[in-house]
Amino acid sequence: MIVAERKPLSEIIAKVEGYNRLLIVGCNTCVAVCQAGGEKEVAMLAAALRLRFRDRQPAMEIIERSVERQCEEEFNQVLAEDIAHAEAVLSMACGVGVQTLVEQFPDAIVLPAVNTKFMGRPEERGVWSERCIGCGNCVLDKFGGICPITRCAKSLLNGPCGGSENGRCEVDPENLECAWQLIYDRLARLGQLDRLLEIEPPKDWSTARYGGPRKIVRKDMVL
Amino acid sequence: MKSGSKLERILASGAFAVTAELGPPKGPDVSVVMRKMELLRGVCDAINVTDNQTAIVRLSSAATCALLHQNGLEPVMQMTCRDRNRLAIQSDIFGAVALGIRNLLCLTGDHQVFGNHPTAKNVYDLDSIQLIQMVARMRDESVTAGGDPVEGEVPLFIGGAANPFGDPFEMRVIRLAKKVAAGVDFIQTQCIFDLPRFREWMKRVVDQGLHEKVYILAGVMPLKSVGAARYINRNVPGFSVPNSIIKRMRAAGKGKKAREEGIKICAEMIQELREIEGVRGVHIMAVEWEEAIRPIVERAGLLPRPSLED
Repeated sequence: MIVAERKPLSEIIAKVEGYNRLLIVGCNTCVAVCQAGGEKEVAMLAAALRLRFRDRQPAMEIIERSVERQCEEEFNQVLAEDIAHAEAVLSMACGVGVQTLVEQFPDAIVLPAVNTKFMGRPEERGVWSERCIGCGNCVLDKFGGICPITRCAKSLLNGPCGGSENGRCEVDPENLECAWQLIYDRLARLGQLDRLLEIEPPKDWSTARYGGPRKIVRKDMVL
Repeated sequence: MKSGSKLERILASGAFAVTAELGPPKGPDVSVVMRKMELLRGVCDAINVTDNQTAIVRLSSAATCALLHQNGLEPVMQMTCRDRNRLAIQSDIFGAVALGIRNLLCLTGDHQVFGNHPTAKNVYDLDSIQLIQMVARMRDESVTAGGDPVEGEVPLFIGGAANPFGDPFEMRVIRLAKKVAAGVDFIQTQCIFDLPRFREWMKRVVDQGLHEKVYILAGVMPLKSVGAARYINRNVPGFSVPNSIIKRMRAAGKGKKAREEGIKICAEMIQELREIEGVRGVHIMAVEWEEAIRPIVERAGLLPRPSLED
């Protein structure tokens, strides 16, 4: 899923203090699961903003809404009236959701309330970590199911650098495992250590973001 | 001869090679390069010039190497994958060869979080093994990474690094084997303090016959003080200074006495390393202490350096 983190309250306050009619829109998919921008977080943020602006005259109007998937226009139709009424929309969806609102409601001022972080998964309660950078050409089968492009700080494809120590990555030993230690252990477990001797050629990065913004057109599905 | 470089000829002659490291200034101050290069003249066979080492911006390796070459010294240009994509790397290599540089050390490069531009975007388009393979093809097959023919020759003696002290240990010999398969000609290892672990690594290297396919230069680093040893233990992943050396440095006291002890320990280490099968030379990394190299080499009994005039 897409993992996000709510922006600091001070940053959000600075963005919205110039408006008097605010619509906060959460998204009940990824950002709800990672507890950054779902219905519950919308309520919490609205309460915090009401408290912050409680002395304002006239009172700041804050409307709370949440949609199922803000990245798809059909789920956002119900917001049309509220968006027309609000001076600004504070979106708690990922960057895709924010931009969907912008494209769908071109006259609305839409402000992001979360920082979209990565594609990852919850490792334990309150801990999420990255698993995929969306390089556009999956090679997980070559590395025992562990992605060195995502999980090695240098995206190394031919083994660990000198900064692997006791299974940790030198870039942030407290938080990061060495991807190549994980790959080594996994291939050892699978009896596939001989794979480590193969030289992995330079990656074709054209399928990644480096080739420009990406788009998929499925001719079989286009109406 | 693959490159005809002085370093290649010395290693091919069977002599025990000595290389040292020169750190360029944090700006275009040529006088720093001139001062450091004179400290190294006549005491080593080739001089590595670091490439924004530990991700700190310095005078470029290529320009510094060209200055060394113009002044009659033999440079080893270090090239990392952190700051350049495959286009920039190849272009800079052509430039280096055009300026007379004949040795290239191919490195992945320290991550930028350790340097003075931690908010920079890194590249890592290639890794060190892919870089070695690309350069070997430029030289041997005269093609670029993209497949176009190279105009002119690329006579480079291709080096790589090896860290026998990183984890997982089993990967360390595998990495060397891959570098050999990729076409590396010489290896300079990470600084050795833990001799038993280095011996274990070399044993595995020799068992696989890799020492017959690549020249291995053992890396050493003189310690300036007991504080430097402790700093390394605390802050440099992948290697540790053993207690026996820390004790000696502590006993030596401070200042000049400590520096002399550091030089002595380093020279003794070189003598031990010389005895290990497969070690063909030594690479001295005296970070911001190039003055130490002459006394180390002298004390290790490696002066004068061989002359290839004949």
